[in-house]
Amino acid sequence: MSGEEFVSLSLTPLLIGIFAAVACALPGNFLVLRKQALIGDAISHVVLPGIVVAFLLTGMIATWPMMLGAAGAAILAVILIESVRRLGRIEPGAAMGVVFTTMFAGGVLLLEQTDTSTVHLDVEHALYGNLESLIWLDATGWASLLDPQALAGLPAELPRMALTMCVVILFTWALWRPLKISTFDEGYARTIGIRTNLLGLMLVMMAAIAAVAAFDAVGSIIVIAMFICPPAAARMMTNRLERQVAWSVAFAVASAVSGYVLAGYGPLWLGAQDAVSAAGMIATMSGIILALAALFGPCRTRTGAPGQA
Amino acid sequence: MTLELAADQGTRITPQDVAHSPLAIRGLTVSYGQKPAVFSVDMTVQPGAMTAIIGPNGAGKSTLLKAALGIVKPLSGQVTVYGKPLDDSRARIAYVPQRASVDWDFPTRVIDVVLMGLYRELGLLGRVRARHIAKAMDCLNRVGMHDFADRQIGQLSGGQQQRVFLARALAQDADLYLLDEPFAGVDAATEKAIIAVLKSLKQAGKTVVVVHHDLATVTDYFDHVFLINTRKVAEGPVDEAFTAETLQATYGGRLATAQIDQISRALG
Repeated sequence: MSGEEFVSLSLTPLLIGIFAAVACALPGNFLVLRKQALIGDAISHVVLPGIVVAFLLTGMIATWPMMLGAAGAAILAVILIESVRRLGRIEPGAAMGVVFTTMFAGGVLLLEQTDTSTVHLDVEHALYGNLESLIWLDATGWASLLDPQALAGLPAELPRMALTMCVVILFTWALWRPLKISTFDEGYARTIGIRTNLLGLMLVMMAAIAAVAAFDAVGSIIVIAMFICPPAAARMMTNRLERQVAWSVAFAVASAVSGYVLAGYGPLWLGAQDAVSAAGMIATMSGIILALAALFGPCRTRTGAPGQA
Repeated sequence: MTLELAADQGTRITPQDVAHSPLAIRGLTVSYGQKPAVFSVDMTVQPGAMTAIIGPNGAGKSTLLKAALGIVKPLSGQVTVYGKPLDDSRARIAYVPQRASVDWDFPTRVIDVVLMGLYRELGLLGRVRARHIAKAMDCLNRVGMHDFADRQIGQLSGGQQQRVFLARALAQDADLYLLDEPFAGVDAATEKAIIAVLKSLKQAGKTVVVVHHDLATVTDYFDHVFLINTRKVAEGPVDEAFTAETLQATYGGRLATAQIDQISRALG
């Protein structure tokens, strides 16, 4: 592929895929260790009522109202899950299940009862996004990266996803120490003055922001896969949290790149005609990486690394 | 022993002396559901003493400790630490949770757990320097775990995990140490190591409060007891408050008469 074709057709979807994968994998590490990994699943379901309400309020299909509606629904869901968990004294998984199915069902009812038949809210789009369509038509080659006029034509998802990833990285870096301590031992964390409830809420909010931004760009299938697969695979590569997070980022990037390339060229190499969904392939690759780590990772037994026990 | 007791009595504070007590609890009630786990409990911890919190399973021993530390929210009651509200005294308290309360498969090393004890010193972004590592290693040394610094915590035995938790508390340089069942399910060597560390803390003028379940070792290890069964039953020096009557009142039918006889014989 020539530089011109690559920059205009593949560079932006590839970068968006990478940014989305990393933004979800970073908080995913803590969510998996806190046994809250399903929160990603929950958030991607509750986005539906948020989008419907945003449409009803504004009457238009535009990115920002929908993102705000989705974010509002995600925050409401997080608060509801915490309330159900605390007030009902039930385990987090059940609280999530109750809240996200109820809100999703509410979204479906809302969609049916109101006049939204003119709107094209496509289930397939919600699941797989449309990564391949996020191309940079104004690019004529690598030189376009320095051309302000061409840069203005970048798909809006790229800067949005890049900003989201930076916010997530900054959050993880700045609150690393309290996040680590409270994930390991919440009671102790409270006795040394860490506000664990607030921190837990901030972590879930950060996951919600990453999920909503990524959902808009690449669909919910990547969101769900990236919250769980890279961190879970990384856990089996090392016994240190610092290295686990580094591995999870590497796995997220590897899934995004290999999934995108395989989706585009894999079927051609196998003699088939069409490309397959990049989002689906990226999620599949993260699953394959997880399977490989589970089979061959050095730290896959629960008692730690072999040969030292 | 008599000398020690005399020294204790010299510094003994009255139950009303909230300002000088390392931990004073007033009217504490905690409930997890309909039934209170701890009901209207007053406690005045003696400075410089080793106090055992004793009671049957489900009597609210751990809950009392957790509520005193702000880990669980009480329905009512006040907690003061050295005469000040809890949040103003966090730096003076070190807590050793029950070993079973955390997932030991967490990806971290022994030394990293001990460094968590330096959180207040390091802050959010302070760099871990050689002196912090040296301090953490010294704390591991005090519990006999310095050879295990680089081990993943899941590879340790139960007793070793308990000692790592104690080392983390030591790193905090606190004045009041609160331990929840530190001797539960640990080997004899660990029990000996832990009690030696606790006695050295007492010698250094620190105050130690331990949730304890083994009635046979109370007189050997502790100088004060606090007996609880949802409500407070008794509180005071071992020779005054740890008697056949108070034990019967705490455990009711759950403690065999033979056991009480044995303990009262040991008490003389």
